[in-house]
Amino acid sequence: MNNSSSNFLLVNILKLFLFLIIFFISKTSIAASEKIVYPQLDWSFSGILGTFDRASQQRGLQVYKEVCSGCHGMRLLAYRNLKALGYNEDEIKAFAAENSVNTINDDGEVVERPARPSDRFVSPYPNDKAARAANGGAYPPDLSLIVKARPDGANYLHALLTGYVDAPAEKKVPDGMYYNKYYSGKLIGMPQPLYDDGVEYADGTKATPDQMAKDVTAFLAWASEPEMEERKQLGITVILFLLVLTTLSYFAMKQIWAPVKNR
Amino acid sequence: MSKSKFKNPVVKWIDHRLPIFSFMDHELNHYPTPKNLNYFWNFGSLAGFALVTMIISGIVLSMNYTAHVDYAFDSVERIMRDVNHGWLIRYIHMNGASFFFIVVYIHIFRGLYYGSYKAPRELLWILGVLILLLMMATAFMGYVLPWGQMSFWGATVITNLFSAIPFVGESIVTWLWGGFSVDNSTLNRFFSLHFVLPFVIVGVVILHLVALHRFGSNNPIGIDVRGTQDTLPFHPYYTIKDLFGLGIFLTFFSSAVFFFPNFMGHPDNYIEANPMVTPAHIVPEWYFLPFYAILRAIPDKLGGVLFMFGAIAVLFILPWLDRSPIRSSQFRPIFKFFFWVLLLDCILLGYLGAMPAEGIYVILSRIATAYYFFHFLVLFPLLPYIEKTKPLPISIAEPILSGGATASAFAVREKK
Amino acid sequence: MSKNSKSKNNSEGKRDFLIISTYTMAGIGAAAVAWPLIDQMNPAADTLALASTEVDLSSLEEGQAITVTWRGKPVFVRHRTPEEIKLAKEVSLDDMRHPETDEERAPNEKFIVLVGVCTHLGCVPLGQKSGDVKGEYGGWFCPCHGSHYDHSGRIRKGPAPTNLAIPSYEFLSDNLIKIG
Repeated sequence: MNNSSSNFLLVNILKLFLFLIIFFISKTSIAASEKIVYPQLDWSFSGILGTFDRASQQRGLQVYKEVCSGCHGMRLLAYRNLKALGYNEDEIKAFAAENSVNTINDDGEVVERPARPSDRFVSPYPNDKAARAANGGAYPPDLSLIVKARPDGANYLHALLTGYVDAPAEKKVPDGMYYNKYYSGKLIGMPQPLYDDGVEYADGTKATPDQMAKDVTAFLAWASEPEMEERKQLGITVILFLLVLTTLSYFAMKQIWAPVKNR
Repeated sequence: MSKSKFKNPVVKWIDHRLPIFSFMDHELNHYPTPKNLNYFWNFGSLAGFALVTMIISGIVLSMNYTAHVDYAFDSVERIMRDVNHGWLIRYIHMNGASFFFIVVYIHIFRGLYYGSYKAPRELLWILGVLILLLMMATAFMGYVLPWGQMSFWGATVITNLFSAIPFVGESIVTWLWGGFSVDNSTLNRFFSLHFVLPFVIVGVVILHLVALHRFGSNNPIGIDVRGTQDTLPFHPYYTIKDLFGLGIFLTFFSSAVFFFPNFMGHPDNYIEANPMVTPAHIVPEWYFLPFYAILRAIPDKLGGVLFMFGAIAVLFILPWLDRSPIRSSQFRPIFKFFFWVLLLDCILLGYLGAMPAEGIYVILSRIATAYYFFHFLVLFPLLPYIEKTKPLPISIAEPILSGGATASAFAVREKK
Repeated sequence: MSKNSKSKNNSEGKRDFLIISTYTMAGIGAAAVAWPLIDQMNPAADTLALASTEVDLSSLEEGQAITVTWRGKPVFVRHRTPEEIKLAKEVSLDDMRHPETDEERAPNEKFIVLVGVCTHLGCVPLGQKSGDVKGEYGGWFCPCHGSHYDHSGRIRKGPAPTNLAIPSYEFLSDNLIKIG
């Protein structure tokens, strides 16, 4: 009896120490973090049941085409993929044919032909170095995966596109750089891309920078995860199946174990 | 053993010449298993399931993957976008790695809590640690294959660890790379090794199972099985229990695969590798974070590497560090307390591994690292001298407490 | 041992609906998982979407043939002479293994378009170049196992079971065809 009470005392003293250490650690580590906070938007595609908004995506494609595609490529996307946004084959063919790709003819010469639906999106620059050279050394990243390639990608993108404000007086903005409150370091090589009525939406939506940023983000979120809707739908089926199977196996287990437990 | 165990004549014919059915019947059907196992004993079979899942999804991925620096990233994206169900298979493989480690870490901590590494199961434990090492090597090389920014810089940092070896370090790193930086040769050999190592793991897992079936499973009380009254045949009791556990596991796993597939990944790995630009904040995959924290806690290059590998090396000699004859923590109050401290210490190390190596984090990393080694190298050998243990029950079937039975209870017994 | 076998007998007696349906459902789940693993070996979306091929026939003179690539396979286009057309049209279909009229096979009688893969075991038949062996019927001859095809690409002699396949194609103009 003496033994166990000495153990009891020792363990409790140790528990107190442990509690103090954990308390100390949690205090200090919270104080140490400081981050840029992006406005958290309510995206149609977030959440377990979220789906893409086709109209917004189509507007986003227009913004990409008219504003972004001058500098940013989307090399992982093919024109045929646009079917998922609700375009039919003729529209896709026409959209693709506005671009041209290089091919080699029977005489071995490099010639241009109109892009086909099976081609990948044509990038504005032939290679990274040309892209850098044309943009004062700043590389305009490919946008195919941009939403997946940035933490909190959708909110980040929307924030960045609408984050151009006047630089505070004490901040020096060098030539060729622009002040953006959401970019790490606050100085970005990309000039403000979105202005009021920068594009004219066919469906009559007012093209404010905020609206355009939301639309292009919806489009780019799809480009990053074209499988998302299929994935979530299949996921719900799978989880429901597993819940039934797990419940069944639980009761089967109880039944099999009953003679052992009741003995 | 009666000769006519099987009714099916074909099975009977084969079994007479190749006793594979007798073997399976003996090891998977009748195999006597302690009747008091709790749900923590589910994680062994779950780890086996995870290994098979990884091998199957991996083989299928390899059919669509191109191991070349110019094509690797795009071929993975082609799997995600164009290959039929490619996204599903890749997300299963990607998240499967994380879940494999979750399951294996729980399996390891279960072994620590219930003293499963003690005689006569020392080799069983050592083979397990070997599996962990092989898993780490495989996971590391697999993470390089998508050729994203984290792949490239992870490969660079981890292979550079070997440069800490005196005199020959630089030559070893060049040899590992097959060049003067992580490049196409490195990617090719990592692909080859990533493909073959899982089959080595399967081999060691088989040895692990042979060792397990020699003395049977440990159990929550930690005393030896005394006879058939203490055991149940594996089938159907533990097959159905494992199936239930698998259902729970798969529900969690599917939630990750279908709804949060990139939660445990890093966004930077969706940027193609660029040898000219290091990401601002590079971290390894979460399952390496505690070891990464130990590496960074030591202010010396060679020292850091030695301590990091030492963190696994102590596990190999664990059966000889803890000399207490009592297995289960249930009867070791102080040991039990420090078990939870160790668990918290490892979680803390994991957290610190993800934080930048500056300020308070460095100091905390050093304290946590010091505790880790203190726990294994000082506490474990000393505890049996300090600790007053609780009395052990006489047997699993009749858990009656009796102080006098302690001495005989942990004497090693041969099962019949 | 006796207790073990007794408990086993007990459990076998209890193998009722609940337990059987649990194991059945687990089996169904395992079978369902097999499908994605099999289906990933089918042609991927980008492969299926592969571009159709356009072929300009203006420089192809009578009696000449060209080979173009479509979906990774050779496609034969031959500009037939009037004599060859006549032979292809007048032959009796009665003793053919795979009877098809030349009109069915070559809507535009000047040009015959064929997938250049022998229907026996997938070799590429000879007969495209002027110096090639063309077989006993003047069309194509497969050197692997000796199948003879006529001017319409119909199997006339040898092991091949069917005529050379016709790809889907259309004439965009008199001298431009689009295969696929």
